This record gives sequence, structure tokens and C-alpha cells, in this order.
Amino acid sequence: MNDTIPLLKVSDVSKSFGGVTAVSSVSFKLKGGELLGIIGPNGSGKTTLVNLVTGFVKPDTGRIEYSGKNITGWAPYKIVSLGIARTFQMVRPFYRLPAFKNLIVPLYSPRVKKLTGGKYGDRDAVALDLLEEVGFERDAHVSYKVAGSLPQGYLKRLELAKCMALRPDLVILDELFSGLSLAEVASIVPIIEKLRFQGKTIVMIEHRLKELFRIADRVMVLNYGKKIAEGSGKEVMENESVKKAYLGSETE
Amino acid sequence: MKRRKERIDRGIKARSEDIFALSSYREMLYLLVPRAIPVVGLLGVAPFLSPYWQEVFISTAVYALLAISWDLLISAGLVSLGQSLFYGIGSYIAGALNYYWGWSPLFTIPVATVGGGLLCTVMLLPVLRLRGIYFAMVTLVLPLMLMRLVEATRILGGTEGLTGLTPFPNPLMSLYIIQIALLMALFGFRRIINSDYGLIVRGINDNDRSVMSAGINIYWYKTQVLFLGASVGSFAGAFGTHVDMFAGMPGFALDYSLLPVASAVVGGMGTFAGPMIGAFILVPLSEILRALGALRIVFYGLFLVIFVVGLPEGLFPYMQRKYHQFERWVHVE
Amino acid sequence: MLLGTLVYGFINSCILALVALGFNLTFGISGVANFAYGAIYIFSGFLTWILLNSLGLPYLLSVLISILCASCVGLAMYYLIILRVKGLSLSEVMATFGLGLAIMELFRYFDFVGFKYTLPVFFDGSVAIGDVYVDYQRLIIALIAVGLTLCLYLFTHHTKIGLAFRAIAQDERTALTFGIDSDRIGALSMAFGAGLAAIAAIVILPLGTIAVEGGYEVLINALAVCIVGGLGSTVGILVASVLIGYAQTFTANYLEPHWMMLVSLIAIAVVLVVKPSGLFSHQKELEERI
Repeated sequence: MNDTIPLLKVSDVSKSFGGVTAVSSVSFKLKGGELLGIIGPNGSGKTTLVNLVTGFVKPDTGRIEYSGKNITGWAPYKIVSLGIARTFQMVRPFYRLPAFKNLIVPLYSPRVKKLTGGKYGDRDAVALDLLEEVGFERDAHVSYKVAGSLPQGYLKRLELAKCMALRPDLVILDELFSGLSLAEVASIVPIIEKLRFQGKTIVMIEHRLKELFRIADRVMVLNYGKKIAEGSGKEVMENESVKKAYLGSETE
Repeated sequence: MKRRKERIDRGIKARSEDIFALSSYREMLYLLVPRAIPVVGLLGVAPFLSPYWQEVFISTAVYALLAISWDLLISAGLVSLGQSLFYGIGSYIAGALNYYWGWSPLFTIPVATVGGGLLCTVMLLPVLRLRGIYFAMVTLVLPLMLMRLVEATRILGGTEGLTGLTPFPNPLMSLYIIQIALLMALFGFRRIINSDYGLIVRGINDNDRSVMSAGINIYWYKTQVLFLGASVGSFAGAFGTHVDMFAGMPGFALDYSLLPVASAVVGGMGTFAGPMIGAFILVPLSEILRALGALRIVFYGLFLVIFVVGLPEGLFPYMQRKYHQFERWVHVE
Repeated sequence: MLLGTLVYGFINSCILALVALGFNLTFGISGVANFAYGAIYIFSGFLTWILLNSLGLPYLLSVLISILCASCVGLAMYYLIILRVKGLSLSEVMATFGLGLAIMELFRYFDFVGFKYTLPVFFDGSVAIGDVYVDYQRLIIALIAVGLTLCLYLFTHHTKIGLAFRAIAQDERTALTFGIDSDRIGALSMAFGAGLAAIAAIVILPLGTIAVEGGYEVLINALAVCIVGGLGSTVGILVASVLIGYAQTFTANYLEPHWMMLVSLIAIAVVLVVKPSGLFSHQKELEERI
């Protein structure tokens, strides 16, 4: 991986929906292999930023570059083919299908076909292996259960598995930890560490700051669509504007 | 004391899903009989009908084909209120090829099937990106528009249409062609939907953002499904043209759009067998009621309403449920 | 010729707007599908005729009863049909369309076909605008169309019930948390829409005969106007009616009359491709498709 070209470069990106400015002139760079956390109060534009990067929404202004390629305005499926995968905040699996069948769809994507040279073999078996990697106990046959019957912790892991099925280089996790107990979070963190160990770059949008700061290299703070701080976890939490954004300020 | 209904799979269903299906005649029959019924029913019964009822049968089969292709489209989330578009286009292509260039049905039908499929797909391509209700509205409006266009420009025979086209050499032949096509469509589409490809298609219907974020170009898949459905519809149109020896504006009639939807409502959406059953109920029924004139459409309408409200899942899922499971009342503590 | 086309084009636009108002109220503004709209239109026409001619009731009374009956039909439709299939838009459309179909063809079956089925005009006579003669009925149509559109706009933007109508289309759950009973409001919106159909019928039908085909035409026209103007936007209805109305009249006068229907259909096709949610639609999400 070339160290001088950042893996992801977002320059001055803005997006408004009607009268509401969701993202306002946000720029940041991502180095290969690092874990960036994006935090900010609700409504600060974090998910919109992810939507912009992954192509679900087209920016009004600005430029997004991935490995030097300009991907501004590309369709989501094309961006996925380049190696960016994301999870969704509102987890919605295919409820009536068994958990492992949920992974069949990403396993059919052109990217996977390209990476495996077209010959795949038994997708069901691959799906089951992927699920085991994210912690679906094989002997309890959890992978065969219908997705609608699984608790939230498993569903979040299923989302993660769907990402990993695509063999991405950049993984964007949108509030993966939300709704999980401390134990569930603790069981997912090793999986994320393993991804980092494999050399993947990770972006995590989170509200649970303690858990995030433990694993993030760098953190970026958004408020009302603007970037207001960037740095290590500790630096960011001592920033005055960040404190004001989260805790509010006394009116003079 | 309170009671609730309990549904349990029949033992034979559980056994027949596994390797037991191959080791016991009973399980094999359990699986085969429902699939054999349409095959035997269609192929076996047809030749013994009187010529009038054979005609009704052919008409029913044509409508059933349209209904099955509608069901394929809805499995991908494409709500088509205009199956008559496919029928009319297929009908006109076959009719024109036969009328102006004298091609025999052997050639007009395949060309009309593929050509019609292509043409309709291209026409509907811009709307594929829009939400469901818009696709429905465009498909509703397009055939009406084309009908008016033909009437106004007087091309392709105008209001009289193209008459005197070549029929099939043998009435029994037309009977068998349509039946085989119907069975192929029924079993073929079922196979497709239950495969992994069909999984992706159903996924697009269920949660298209999820499928898109999995790196799949949903529009390409939708286009493929549309082409498949449109081709089958065009086949029905081309076939109908040679049976009636006529191609004209009635090919775009509302009837061809409504009946597939009504059949699916009655028989059960998404099951392919359901719409076929629905067609086989509605079309002969409307023939029998033909004597009542406009009352026929009143019945259609009421039928639609009653089934949508009363048995929303449709007849086929209901029968399927009864076949696979048994229900009983159970006391609740 | 030009003045005539301009004047009659305006009248045509008013007719289209009047017809689309009720449909827009239920489908566009409240999100409740009512594809029996054309049937209710014709139903009110025939009902008024029956009350006038077979029962000999005075005109004003017949009209009022018709409008009330139409509204009741709308209300009944909501509680009997829509409630049971709420949320599944395809089922709503099919169920209401099926009912509409049944009603319209029932009239045809009972032989309500022929030239004797007409409604009387309000006033006889006409007035001259330039060298063009416009009959009073058409003027009244124009007046009522403009007036009703204004009322509807004010209603949906400034009264509590009107705002409730819009609320249940946008987000039903949130509306519920505000204490808006979405069932009651939905039923009301359907009743209002049906009533508007009746008013449109009473004012427009005197121009010709009451025919079952008119019901189908009304549904198609209402759909066309709502799609082009944008489902839910009263301003859109106005603009769309003017556009389509004038296009139709120009086509009829300068080309040939049977191209008229084609014009509205082409308008829909073009709008759907270029700006699918309609010219003035509020529902931009329908368009934010990748």
C-alpha cells in the first residue's frame, strides 16, 4: 500500500436535504490500516457522511477519492466493487431466511466473483464459515436459525459478516455497538481487532465513546454537519467545542 | 378456557425434506403428486374437451401465462398493472411479421417473444429506478397510450387491425404448444425463484438498499427479470395472434392487464401456481357468466374485493398450508 | 380561433383541476388509495338523476343528498375495505379499483345507458368574451374550480384537520403520537374526497351525458393530473391542469380531437421519466433513488 496516497480522501463535501444542511464542507483523510472513529451528537451528519462516501447519496459539492480514484457520485454497487463495505444503523436482515442464507447475496456480488476468479464452490459452506468467524456458534446451529428469531447481538454480527463476505479493504461500521450489552460489545471487539490485523482500514461511527477510544487510532468529531475536532480520543474529549457540542453550554 | 390454533408440520413433510424422500414410496408420492396434478390435468384433460371448451381452455392458458409472468415481476418488486403491454406488443410483432412478410408462426412466435421482450424492457427501463407505485402507473398508462396511438395514426391496420393471419395447422397443436409453454413457465419460474439467483431477486424486493450495499447492481437484475416476464407475456400475445388469426388494438385491452392481477390476488402472489389456479378459476367463470353481460365485470370487481380483504394470502398458499401442516385447537393455560 | 382556444383551454383546465382535487385529497395528501374515484363520480351523477327524475325531488335537495351519499360511500369504503388492507398499497389499490369497477358496470348492467341521462344546467344562456361565446355552466365550473382549489389549499395548510390529513401521509406513527387518530382522519379524508367527486360530477356532467365510460376517463385524468403535478401538491394540481388542459385544447383545435387523450398520456410518460415525483411534489424521497 502506497503510504503517500491516502486510502480515502474526502474534500470539502457538502449535502443539504431541502432546507436542512446535513453535511457542511467536511474534509478528512484516511491512511491505510488505521481505525478512524467518527463521533458527534445525534443529527450531526455522521450517517449522511457515510451515505455520501458509499454512494447512497450524491454530494452537492466536494470530492471523494479512493486510492487516488475519483469516486464522487458513483453508484453504491460500483463503490463496493472497489472494496468499500458498510453496515447500516438500522439492521434489517432478510427476516424470513436462515442467517446463513442472508450472506448468499453479498457472495454473489461481482467483486467476490472477481476476487475468487469466478470459481466459487459451495457458497452455503462459505457462508457458514463466515458466520463462525463472527461468533455464530457452530455446534448450536445458530447459523441455521431464521434471521427474524435472532437477538440483536447476533443480527449486528450478521451485518458484520455481510461486510466481510465482500472482502473489503475499507470497512465502515455505522453504530455497530448500539443496542448491545457490554458483554456483547466485548465479544465483537476481538473480531474488529482481527480485521485490523488483516490490514483492513476501518471507520466506526459510534456513540459509545469508552469502547471506541480503546480501539481507535484517531477520532473525528462532527456537529451540525461540520467537523469540529480531530485527533486522538483524549485530545478530542478535552476540546472545548466538543464538550459544548455534547454537553451544551450555559446561556449567558 | 382460552384456546388457540396450533399448526404443526405433518410428519411426512419433515421426512420428505431429507433423504427419506428417496427411500420410501410414500414420501416420494407426497412430493410428486402436487406437481403431477397440473401436468396430468392439463395434458390429459385437454384433448377430451369439446371444441368450444378447447377454445376456452386455450384462452385460459394464455391468461395463465400472463398471470405467471406477472408473478415473476412482482417477486422482484415490479408491480405491473399493464400485462397487456407485453401481450399487445408481442401480438403486433407476430401479426406484422406474418401480415407484411408472410412469415410462418414457426418464426413469428420466437421472434415476437424475444423482440417483444426487448422492446418492452427498453420502454420501461427509465422507470425501473423509481419507486413501486410509479412503475405500476406507467405500466397502466402505456398500453392505453399505445392503443390510442394506433387508433390515431392508423398504422398496423389501425382500428381494424391485421386480419386473416395464418393459424396453426392443427387445433390440437395449438392446444399442446400453449400447455407445454405454461408448464415450462410454471416449473421454470419456480425453479428460478428458489435458486440463489431468485434469492437475490427476492432480496431486491424485500430490502433493496441491503442488496445494493452488497455490491449488486439491482437495476441489472431488475432488467433481467423484466425481460423474462416481458418475453413470456409477448409469447402469449404472439401465440394468441395466431390462434385468433388477428392482431389489433384489443391486444392492449384492460382485460389483459386486470385478469393476471385478479388471478394472482385470488390464487396467491409469489407462488406461480397460485396465479395459474386463479386464472383457471376466473376465466372459465367469466365464460360461464358471459350471458350476463356487464354483470360479468361486476363479479370480477367484487371477487377482487372479497379476496383481497378476506383471503389475502390467496388460494394456493391456503391449500399448501393445509397439505403441509395440520391445525388443531389447543387449550391455553 | 386563438381567443377561443385560450378561453376553452382555461375551462378545460378548470374541469381537470376540479376532477383531480378529490383524488388528490385522498391519495396525494392523505396517502389513502381511492381508485373507485371515477365510480363515485358517476354514482353521484346517476343518483342525482334518479332523485330528480324518478323521485321528483327538487334540484337543490337532490344535489345535497347526492353529495352526502357519496361521502358516506367513501366513509363506508374506508371502514369496510381500506382498514382491512391498510398499509399494503397494492391491495388498497386493487380492492378499491375492484369495487369501483363493480359499481360502474352495475350501472351499465341496469341499462343506465343513453342520451336521456343528463343533468340540468344551472343557468341557461351564455356570455360573450371577445367574439367567443361561453355558456354560464362553463363559467360556473371555472369559478367553482378556482374557489374550491383555494379552499382546499387553505384547508390543508391552515386548519387542524387539514394538517392532520397531511400528517398521516407523511408519517403515520408520528401522527399517532400527536394524538391524531389516523383511522378517523383517513376515513374523513376519503369521505371528503368522495364528496368532492360528487361536487365535480354535479357541476361538470350537465355539459354532456352521464356515461359509464366517463368514470374511467375521470380516473385516468385525475391520475394524469396528480402524477404530472406531483402527488399531494395543490399548486402542482393547478399547474398540471393548466398544462394538460391547454395542451389538450390546442391539440383538439389545431390538430385532431382524438389525439387529446394521447396528450395527457404523453405528459405522464414524459414527467415520469424526467421528474418522476411530479413537478411540484413534496415527496422528494421518491426521487432520491440511486
